[in-house]
Amino acid sequence: MAGERLRIVAGLIRITRDWDLAEDAVADAAERALRRWPAEGVPANPGAWLTTTARRRAIDLLRRADVERAKLGEVAALAELASGADDLPQASCLPDDRLRLIFTCCHPALSIEARVALTLKVVSGLSTAAVARAFLTSEATMGQRLLRAKRKIAHAGIPYRVPSPDLLPERMDGVLAVIYLIFTEGYAGTADDALAGEAVRLGRLLVQLVPDSDEARGLLALLLLQHARRAARLVDGELVTLERQDRTKWDTAAIDEALALEPLTGTDRGPYRLQAALAAVHAAAPEASDTDWAAVVSLYDELLDVLPSPVVRLNRAIAIGMRDGPLAGLAALDALAGDARLAGYHLLPAARGDLLARAGRPTEAVTALEHAVALAPTDQERRQLTRRRDELRGTSPAVGGLA
Amino acid sequence: MRYLMFVATDPDAEPYDPAADDAEDWVAKHEASGQWVMGDRLRPVGDATTVRLRGGEVLLTDGPSAETREWIAGFDILECADLDEAIAIAAAHPMARFGRLELRPFWSDEDEQAGPKG
Repeated sequence: MAGERLRIVAGLIRITRDWDLAEDAVADAAERALRRWPAEGVPANPGAWLTTTARRRAIDLLRRADVERAKLGEVAALAELASGADDLPQASCLPDDRLRLIFTCCHPALSIEARVALTLKVVSGLSTAAVARAFLTSEATMGQRLLRAKRKIAHAGIPYRVPSPDLLPERMDGVLAVIYLIFTEGYAGTADDALAGEAVRLGRLLVQLVPDSDEARGLLALLLLQHARRAARLVDGELVTLERQDRTKWDTAAIDEALALEPLTGTDRGPYRLQAALAAVHAAAPEASDTDWAAVVSLYDELLDVLPSPVVRLNRAIAIGMRDGPLAGLAALDALAGDARLAGYHLLPAARGDLLARAGRPTEAVTALEHAVALAPTDQERRQLTRRRDELRGTSPAVGGLA
Repeated sequence: MRYLMFVATDPDAEPYDPAADDAEDWVAKHEASGQWVMGDRLRPVGDATTVRLRGGEVLLTDGPSAETREWIAGFDILECADLDEAIAIAAAHPMARFGRLELRPFWSDEDEQAGPKG
């Protein structure tokens, strides 16, 4: 029923331009189905039943609205709903309503918080309460945020369509960024990885709707490969670094699904595709010591061309340390020391600490890790870095872990 | 849909380059397409006068109503099918580079609210 819900909501929004009405009509149809199908049996074509029921409800709701103020748009909407046109499956040349909905929810004129909230509420179909919980805010606050976003769409004239070809690449980047943000919010080490799962579902939907977007496939592959590590990444609520994870706990089905997402031939590799390739290198190593670090460095070189961020440079320096030895890694880190954008970033001193430990300089390593502990942004990360520092100080051998 | 486009300065934008100021071409092009309704440059805030009526008394101040780093240097009224069309037009204006542009939709007759809402 979930797949039908989205299709029906997206279609009703296109016809009526009334988001609340569309969601109400679909919720009403779902409720009727749950009441009647157990007694009457599931209809032969459940999708058509739901669509018709939702449309009838939408017509009801439109008619109940103040008749004196019947707007031209509403009259047209009523006509289209009643005519039953659009019952046929979308012709392949017509943009899918679901795609229109996704691009509208992710429109750059909306704040990023609004985009994420709207996508989770209307595209994923989460309740307002569930979206509020995901962002650690009250249901009332989230309700207000959603209301403001819908008002902005209506009053500012945000169009309900798939962007024109010249705008499509940047708008697609925007959609991918929203999905990735939903994933990383869910990835932030909380026990509830429901948001991460939602992001994966959204990624799958996008690939299905835009099969010729290599970056959409790249994002989905990246999400699946990261999601595959969830059972090994958090043990008893504590973070475990990639190097130390029990790889037998990795979700092989997710990894297989990711690797099956072959890139389209002849395309330049974008940032999501490259990050997926990096994750795939790690996924291919049965043990951390089997990792093909030369491939990792080479991929970071390529990634820097399209995404020259200081964090990418940092990760590349760490990879150089793994490929060429700790002294080479430390030299690569020294080259970053002057970058102001990394000034408060805990993973820079953490990386130094790891490499110093591998280089047989535990005292300096401890100092670096203490600096990292002071900069740690979450309790979980602080505890993890403190444990590593204590290992170096204590009797256990100096085994550094990768950030 | 009608939008008022406020043309404002922005101290953090790139420095003004007169050679790249093709505002007249921009107006001509969009007037011809029916998307530009009217507009004009405004004199700087030193020439502004702020008017308030308080307790029955007219209070006048020399200067703009708000002391900010940015000030409004001009305005244009655009007639567009939707926001994406307005954005494209605004992005093509030279002040998109040298300043900042605010697109404010007009209050529509269809809006149900009786008055301004936050």
